[in-house]
Amino acid sequence: MTEVTELIRPEGEALDTKEVLLNLGPQHPSTHGVLRLVLELDGEYVERVDPHIGYLHRGTEKLAESFTYTQIFPLTDRLDYLCPPSNNLAFAIAVEKLLGIEAPVRAQYIRVMMAELARISGHLLITGALPMDLGAMTALLYAMREREMIMDLLEMVTGARMHTSYCRVGGVREDLPDGFVDKIREFCEIFPNRIRDYERLMEKNRVFLKRTRGIGVISAEDAIDLGLSGPNLRASGVDWDIRRDEPYEIYDRLDFNVITRGEGDCYARWQCRVDEMRESIRIIEQCVEELPDGPFQIDMPTIAFPVDKEKVHCSMEALIQHFDLSAYGFNVPKGEVYSAIEAPKGELGFYILSDGSPKPFRMKVRAPSFVNLQALFGVSNARYLADMIAVLGSLDPVMAEVDK
Amino acid sequence: MSGEPLDRALIMKRFEGAIEDLGTAHGIHAFAVPPETIVEVCRVLKDDPALRFNFLSDICGVDHHPETPRFEAVYHLYSLPNKWRVRIKCRLGDPPEISSVTGVWRTANWHEREAWDMYGIRFTGHPDLRRIYMWEGFEGFPQRKDFPLRGYKDKLNPFGAEGPPPTQPDLATKEIP
Repeated sequence: MTEVTELIRPEGEALDTKEVLLNLGPQHPSTHGVLRLVLELDGEYVERVDPHIGYLHRGTEKLAESFTYTQIFPLTDRLDYLCPPSNNLAFAIAVEKLLGIEAPVRAQYIRVMMAELARISGHLLITGALPMDLGAMTALLYAMREREMIMDLLEMVTGARMHTSYCRVGGVREDLPDGFVDKIREFCEIFPNRIRDYERLMEKNRVFLKRTRGIGVISAEDAIDLGLSGPNLRASGVDWDIRRDEPYEIYDRLDFNVITRGEGDCYARWQCRVDEMRESIRIIEQCVEELPDGPFQIDMPTIAFPVDKEKVHCSMEALIQHFDLSAYGFNVPKGEVYSAIEAPKGELGFYILSDGSPKPFRMKVRAPSFVNLQALFGVSNARYLADMIAVLGSLDPVMAEVDK
Repeated sequence: MSGEPLDRALIMKRFEGAIEDLGTAHGIHAFAVPPETIVEVCRVLKDDPALRFNFLSDICGVDHHPETPRFEAVYHLYSLPNKWRVRIKCRLGDPPEISSVTGVWRTANWHEREAWDMYGIRFTGHPDLRRIYMWEGFEGFPQRKDFPLRGYKDKLNPFGAEGPPPTQPDLATKEIP
C-alpha cells in the first residue's frame, strides 16, 4: 500500500492540480428537469456553483397579461406540475380578494381537499426521488405506486391526471362525483401504512443516512436570509406555515400540526416532507367528515359560468352568460393584491395589478422553487460534488416553477 | 395565530415623512419610498426591534407604459416574528435604476436579476447582475409593455412582430459594474 501511495505522490513534490469547470445538465436525471449547473471543481470538491436556469421559460407572466382571468388557470397548472390544484387555488384566492368575494363553504372544503391531495402527490415524488438520486431505486417505485392512487382520485374529480384546472374564480368547476367520498376514505385508510413503509425502507438504510445526515446544513438564520419557505424552511427549525399563520379558506377550522425539524440537513428536509404527508391525511379526513352540502360555485352570473350546462342550450340568458364569460371574461376592480398560500414547495404568492379590465395589467408569480433553488449558494458544508446532488434533490425544485 | 395587526402609524412614525403612505389594499399596507433611500429603509424595516421584517417575499418589476414615471419596483416583505406583511413601492424613471438590496437580504439576488432581465431595471451594487431567464446576448426586455408578445420577427421566429428590436443594445449588453 505504501508503495502505491509513493508512486502517486512522490516525496516533496506537489501534485500538479488545476481547477476544472464541470457542466452538469441541462439534460441530467438528477437535476430534476432542465437545470444546468456550472461547477468549479477542485478535485472532488465544489468551489463554486453557478445555476443557469431559463430552459423552460414560457413567459407565464407576460402571457397572463393577454389572457382573461379564467384563461389563466391552465397557465398556473403548468407552474408546479406535480401539484396543480395548489397553484389554481393560489390564483383563485388572489382574484377573489380583488373582487371582494368568497367561494361557498362547500367549494372551500373541496379546494382544500384537492390542495392537500396535491401536497401529498408533490411530497411523494421527492420522498422517492431523493433516495433515487442517491442510488436507492426502490423508494421511487413505491412512491409512484401511491402517487398513482392520487392521480386516479384527481382524474375522478377533474377529468385530468395532471393539469387539472379545477378551481374557478368563486368556486370550483364542478361538484364532486358520486362515490368520491368513499374512494378518498379508502385512500386515507391505506396511505398512512404506506408512509410507514417508506420510512422503514430509508431510516435504517446506511447509505442513505450517510449521504443525507449532516449534509447540506442550512441554519435558521441562513434559511430566512435566503428566502426559503415551506418544508425547506421548517426543516431548519423555523416554525412558519401560512396555513396556520395567515389562514386562508377553511384552514382555521382544521386541526393539524406544523412539522418542524431542527437539523436543517438533507435528511431533515426529507423527513419533514414525509411527516407532512401524515398531517395532510389528517386534514383530508377532517374535510371529508365535515364536508357541507351547498353550492360549489358562487351565485354571481357576472363571474361564474352557468351551473347547469344544459340550460345553455335552451335558455337565452344562460347562453348570453356563457358566451360573455368565455369571450370577454369579467371586469375586475382596479387595485392590487398580493396573496400567498402554503403550496407544497413553500410560499406561492400571486401579485396581481388590475386596471379594471378583464385581463390583469401585471401578474407576478412568487414561485417558491425559484427562491429555494438559490439556497444552493448558501449551503456551506456540501463540499463534495456527490453531496451537491443530495442537496439539490432535498431542496426539491420543480424546474417548471423555477422557470415560470 | 397571528398577533396584533400592524399599525400603519408605527412605520410612518419610524421614518418621519421619508416615506409616503399609500393606504391598505386587501390586508397589506403599502408605502411609497423614494428610490434613493430604498436600502436604508429596508435595513431599518429588517433590523428595527419593533418591526423585524426579516423575510423578503418578492421583488417585482412593473411597467406602467405610457405613464411617467414609467417603471416601478415593488417589494413584498414579511415579518416572521410579528406575522405582518408590507408592500414597498418605488417609482422609477426611464432608464430605471435603483440600489440593490442584496446586502440586506441575500434572497434579493435572483429576484433582482429577474427584474433586470424582464424590465431592464438596473440594480446598482448587485454582485452579479446578469440575465436569468433569457440567454446572454438577447436584446430588449421582454416583459415591457412595448415588447410584442411573440417577440420580433427573425430567422428563428417567423411568427414574430414586424419591426426592429428596440434600440437599447448598450443597456442590454453593457458590462455591469
